[in-house]
Amino acid sequence: MASRSLPLLFINLGGEMLYILEQRLQAQGIPGDKATKVLHDIIGAMFSRPFLLELFKPQEVFSRPALHSLYQRLAHTSIMRLNPTSMDKLYDLMTMAVKQQVLLCPRPRDLLFVTLNHLDAAREMVRESPHALALINNTHHVLIDTYSCMTSGEFQVIRQMLLYFFQDLHIRVSLFLKDKVQSSNGRFILPVSGPVPCGTEPPGTIRIYNNVGAVMKTKTFPVEGRYEPPVREGFLDPYGDRVTRLGTNMYSAAQNLDTQKQGKRSMTNAQSCLAPDPLATVELNLLADLLGEGQGCGRLNSDGFSFNLFAGDTEEGDICMSAPASCENVINIDASKQSQLVAPELQKVLLDLHSDSTVLQASTASHQTSPQRKHRSHQPSPQRQPRHLLTTYATTNIASPSSSRTPPSCYRQQHPERTTSLPPDVGTP
Amino acid sequence: MYKRAQSIPLRHSASALGNNLAVLRPPDPKPPCSLSVVHGRGVSLLGLASESEAGRNVHSQRLLHCKEGGATARRAEPLQGGRGHCKEGGATARRAEPLQGGRGHCKEGGATADSTLIIQARWCVLVSRVLLVVTSRRGIQMYEEDGSAMLYWQALELPEALDTKVEFARGIAAVAGLYICVGVSSGCVLVYNIPPRGTNITLCNELYQHAHAISSISSETFGDLERTVDMVSADDGGVICTWKSGEDFTLIQKLPPYGCACTSVVMWRGIVTAAYGTGQIRVYDGTTGMLHADIDAHARWINSLDVAPATGWVLSGSEDSFVRIWKIGEMDQVDGIEVAHLHSECVKDVLVCGAQFCDTRGDSFAVTGYDLCEILCYVKT
Repeated sequence: MASRSLPLLFINLGGEMLYILEQRLQAQGIPGDKATKVLHDIIGAMFSRPFLLELFKPQEVFSRPALHSLYQRLAHTSIMRLNPTSMDKLYDLMTMAVKQQVLLCPRPRDLLFVTLNHLDAAREMVRESPHALALINNTHHVLIDTYSCMTSGEFQVIRQMLLYFFQDLHIRVSLFLKDKVQSSNGRFILPVSGPVPCGTEPPGTIRIYNNVGAVMKTKTFPVEGRYEPPVREGFLDPYGDRVTRLGTNMYSAAQNLDTQKQGKRSMTNAQSCLAPDPLATVELNLLADLLGEGQGCGRLNSDGFSFNLFAGDTEEGDICMSAPASCENVINIDASKQSQLVAPELQKVLLDLHSDSTVLQASTASHQTSPQRKHRSHQPSPQRQPRHLLTTYATTNIASPSSSRTPPSCYRQQHPERTTSLPPDVGTP
Repeated sequence: MYKRAQSIPLRHSASALGNNLAVLRPPDPKPPCSLSVVHGRGVSLLGLASESEAGRNVHSQRLLHCKEGGATARRAEPLQGGRGHCKEGGATARRAEPLQGGRGHCKEGGATADSTLIIQARWCVLVSRVLLVVTSRRGIQMYEEDGSAMLYWQALELPEALDTKVEFARGIAAVAGLYICVGVSSGCVLVYNIPPRGTNITLCNELYQHAHAISSISSETFGDLERTVDMVSADDGGVICTWKSGEDFTLIQKLPPYGCACTSVVMWRGIVTAAYGTGQIRVYDGTTGMLHADIDAHARWINSLDVAPATGWVLSGSEDSFVRIWKIGEMDQVDGIEVAHLHSECVKDVLVCGAQFCDTRGDSFAVTGYDLCEILCYVKT
């Protein structure tokens, strides 16, 4: 049912976010205690009971830009600060990974096992924290209560809703291209071999029955794919074998997680922002508020650090916004040279602007102070950037508790074309 | 047996929905036909020019949105609840409250925007007219054949309690040239009486045999030939019902569920061919309910079935990227029913969501896939 799609979407995307952050933190040598704290904080916010209660209410799926703002808020419940470029790239990776998982689900019910794989991984990340473990176990129970007795038809409706959420997204991910799960045009490769899902038989047999129901004749037909007998059903208990590998951590420390948007197709009207739905706005505000009650929201505390998520992956480095001079134990992670050119005063200004959700202007200013910065294919040019990001991140006002509540531009998947009148020369077959 | 012909480009990619391709096949030999593909909140309507050596040329392409009541549309009377239907103790009174807002876009109705997502679109060929029926989360709309004017709309009740199941309409068929049947997620089949002209469309019957969401409805018109069954409906629980149309639709057979959702169903000469989410196709006798054959046809969920009325060939399209054609023939007392595999086509890396014959004999067919911005066409060699 479409009204039950959001929890699965959120947990799967959140799970991918945790994988990517863990990999990037490790790849960039962030100290273990800080890295662990980041992941713990995010998991604590993501699976907090009030947030979960709201998340699991039957409601419609938000648009991609709206969920982007929610994940940005989620990321910033930790002591880590991501600049907009990093957040964009992180979200691109997350969405493409989950799109692949939803697309490749052998049967609709496997969506639940994919989600449980993400939950299992989160459980492993916080295995030494009883409080976080309890939150995850509670989430597990709620998941099973909500989804375990759904029929295959209901799961398929949910899966179709999730596929609509990901429709027309063809961002190329270097990891997927390398592993040959994605082709160069951004489309995922659908296998025509391997085990068939539980409940299905490998294609190739026709059985004719007589009038008493006995098999009278069996014929075969040629099948192009190489299919194997079905796998067994996964287990739903907290430490059970999910059988499917979809949703498990596919990132290792040495991997390049570069992404590239495929022309304009990924910005189609399926996800463009139009006038917001008031009910959805209220719901998204509520979820964002619930996330914002976690530790580390708003301004950085003394443990905080700014994090350039994908520095070193590509030639161009993102501008890193460092912590304000007043904070102690600040760590600058940016591997590029540009950040060293940013004056301490500007750093403080940048941070203030970020907290007041005018990070857009800050990023623009930072770009302009970095003469060595090269233009990236998937990043809008600095001249266009403010308008683009303002459109996309109008919701940042909602995410930041210190700013005034400005209604966002859009949260729902809207179709911009409105054919209120038909063209006069329409052809009739 | 078939070769790839020129594709038909789409301005918008097809959504991952079951039976997401509709073809209007006029009866003349080698006619130009119309196609429709659902993308999110719109339906792409394509009119094709006559077939030429170069292939089919698109004559017109338009995106039809799910709008609320135009000036000429007839707003349905609220459905009266409590006609014995409920699987939840009478709680779901299906009152169809006309949506507020009149003309305009669905989002002005105040409900959540993706309830305007379209589930299915189909042409219904009746005795004296052809209507385009579009179903969505909000309700059912009927248009003129080219989508130029909305003639009728029926709102589905939006759930009052948060944990009631979501309402949507799915499964559309013209029956006996006089009726249009539309399925609803509660399991009810709505039967509409369609006048030869005008907008005086009335809901004349509600059929309550299914306990799960209707997935597909199909029918067979026989001209003067009388059959004992002329309509079949299937649901997400795997239950299939066959019916005889008339002033009161009569249930002929209710086939027991086969452990998985029945995603698509077609009927030809009284033989019911049903496709399931497990990838299996099962062939039943529509009158007796007897299982004639089953086929381990696909490795994934089957999204689409179609039958060529002149030959009885059946086309199946599945998420395993394959489209297959079967010959399902008449019943022979000695050898049983004739079932043969005719052709398989691998649509590489495409999650097939619609596959339909473009003519009555099965000499050509079209395929849509999720995220695909074209309709793939194949013609017999």
